Amino acid sequence: MTLEVSLGHRFAGFTLDVAFQAPAGVTVLFGRSGSGKSTVVNAVAGLLRPERGRIAVSGSVVLDTDAGVMLPPHRRRMGYVFQDGRLFPHLTVRQNLLYGRWFAPQGARGAEFDRVVALLGIGPLLDRRPGALSGGEKQRVAIGRAILSDPRLLLMDEPLAALDEARKAEILPYLERLRDEVNLPILYVSHSMAEVARLATTIVVLEAGRVAACGPAAEVLSDPGAAPALGLREAGAVLTARMATQEDDGLSRVDTSAGPLWLPRIEAPPGAPIRLRIMAQDVMIATRRPEGISALNILPATVADLRMGEGPGALVRLRAGEDLLIARITRRSATALALRPGAPVFAVLKAVSVARENVGGGL
Amino acid sequence: MLHALTPEEWQAVGLSLRVSFWATLVSLPFGVLAAYALARWSFRGKQILNGLIHLPLILPPVVTGYLLLLTFGRRGYVGQVLDQWFGIVLAFRWTGAALAAAVMAFPLMVRAIRLAIEAVDPRLEQAASTLGASRPWAFATITLPMILPGIVAGAILAFAKAMGEFGATITFVSNIPGQTQTLPSAIYAFLQVPGGEAQAFRLVLVAVAVAMGALFLSEWISRAIARRISGQ
Repeated sequence: MTLEVSLGHRFAGFTLDVAFQAPAGVTVLFGRSGSGKSTVVNAVAGLLRPERGRIAVSGSVVLDTDAGVMLPPHRRRMGYVFQDGRLFPHLTVRQNLLYGRWFAPQGARGAEFDRVVALLGIGPLLDRRPGALSGGEKQRVAIGRAILSDPRLLLMDEPLAALDEARKAEILPYLERLRDEVNLPILYVSHSMAEVARLATTIVVLEAGRVAACGPAAEVLSDPGAAPALGLREAGAVLTARMATQEDDGLSRVDTSAGPLWLPRIEAPPGAPIRLRIMAQDVMIATRRPEGISALNILPATVADLRMGEGPGALVRLRAGEDLLIARITRRSATALALRPGAPVFAVLKAVSVARENVGGGL
Repeated sequence: MLHALTPEEWQAVGLSLRVSFWATLVSLPFGVLAAYALARWSFRGKQILNGLIHLPLILPPVVTGYLLLLTFGRRGYVGQVLDQWFGIVLAFRWTGAALAAAVMAFPLMVRAIRLAIEAVDPRLEQAASTLGASRPWAFATITLPMILPGIVAGAILAFAKAMGEFGATITFVSNIPGQTQTLPSAIYAFLQVPGGEAQAFRLVLVAVAVAMGALFLSEWISRAIARRISGQ
C-alpha cells in the first residue's frame, strides 16, 4: 500500500473519523463540501494536528499519535497544490518552481526541471511574475512547483475549482500526463464527478466525516450502495477499453473485455487505452438480446448487485466481461424482469462517452 | 545657511544623527519580532505586550524618561547589573539618549511593520512549509521580502521620531553639550539664553530639513521595493 491514512479529530459540531488505504495512482477524496475532504488533506500535509491518527506514505510514517510521531510540514515532503495556487508574488515563475529544490534532501531523485516545465507547458512563463499570469497558468505553475520539490506524495485540494470550464479543460490533460508519466502518488480532493471519472485510480467517498465507500475507481463507481453518496444524477461507471479500428462510416471501434463498442470517431492509435464513462441512466437492461433496435452498443452481462431505492428507482450493477457497469432503472422494471444477482442479461448502452473529451451522445 | 553653523551646533546635529541611527538599527530586529508576534501569534499576555509597546506613545515623555532613569540609572535594577557586570553605563551618556529614543520610537516602528505583515497572506508561509521550508526559512524567504517596504517605512519613521525626541531624553540623560545634547535639546538650550533665537532658528531649519528628507527617502524606497516585489 502506498498511502495509509487513519484519522480522528473533533471540531465543534463535526467529528472526523476516517481510515483508508490506497495503492499508487490517483486517489480521489470525493464528497460534498463539509464532508471533511480538506481536513484529511491538511492533516496529511501537517497543516492540521489531528487528535489521533496514523499516516504513512510508501512505508514512511509521517504521523503516528500513538508512537508520538508528528513530523512538521516542512519535513513531510508532501507537495501541496492549493485551490488558490498560492504562488509567491515576489518571485518569478522560475524562482517559484525552484523554491522547493533549496530544501529538498541531498541526493533526492529530483524531477528534472526541463521535463516538468515541458510537461506542464510553462516554458514561456518562466521569467514572468505570478501577478501577470492567468488562473490556468498559475495553477500549472503551482503544480510544477509542488512536483519539483521532490515530494513523496502530491496533494491537490480541488486544484480546478476556482477555474472556468475552459481553463479546467486546459489543465486536465496535464494531470492525466502526470498520473501516467510521473510515477508519483496523488491524493486529489474533488466534488466533480467529471474529474473523478477522468482521473481516479482509487476513490474514497466521504460523508459527514466518515468513509462511505472506498476502493478501485471502477468498483466504487459501479457500486449501487455508493451511488447515493456520489450523486444519483451523475452515477455512472468507468471502464478502460482499447482502441481497435477506424471504420469507414466515421465510427471508431473500441474493444472492451465484454465485446466491441462503436463510438463517434476517436483520434487514437490502435491499442491505445481509452477511458470510457457510461452513465447509469444511459444503460437499459434486456433479458434477451434485443433485435430491431437502433442502439449499436449491446454487451452481454450478468447482474452482480441490485439495490432498490426509496423511491421508484433501482440501481443494478452489471458484470460485463471483466468490466463493471451500473444501470439506473425503475423498481417496476427490476421486478418485471425478475432481476437478481447472477441473472444473465444484455446491457443496451444508449450513450458512451470518452472520459477524456466527453465525446459521444446518442448512438 | 548651513555654513553658518558653529562647531557646537554641528556637534548637536552630529550627535542626534548618531543617536537616531543606532537607536533605529538596534531596535529594528526587536521591532520586526514584536510586530510578527502581534500580527501572527496568539499567546497569553498578547494584549499586555501590545500595551507595553504602545505605552511610550501615550505616557508623558518625561514619565518615560523618569522610568528609564529608575530602571537604567546607575542605581536602577538593570543599570546596576549592566554597570557592575559589563561596565556599561547608560545614564548621562549618548548611549542612554539612544535607548530613550529607541523606546520612544518603538511603537511607531512596530505599527508600521505590523501593518505590512498583516497585509501578507499567512497561507503563503504554509505553502512554503509544504515545499520544505522550516518556519524561520519561510519567514526569511517569503514574508520578510514582502514586508520590506513596511520595514523601511517603520525604520525611517522611527529615525525621524528619534531625531525629534526631547522629553524622555532630557529627563534620562540630561542636556550635556557634546555628550547628550541632541538637536532638540540644543534648540531648547538656545531658547533659554537671551539672544539665542537666531541659533535656535538655524537648528530648527536643520530639523525640518532632516525630517522632510527622511519622509521623501522613505516614500521613494518603499515605492522602489514595492515595484520590485509586485513585479509590475
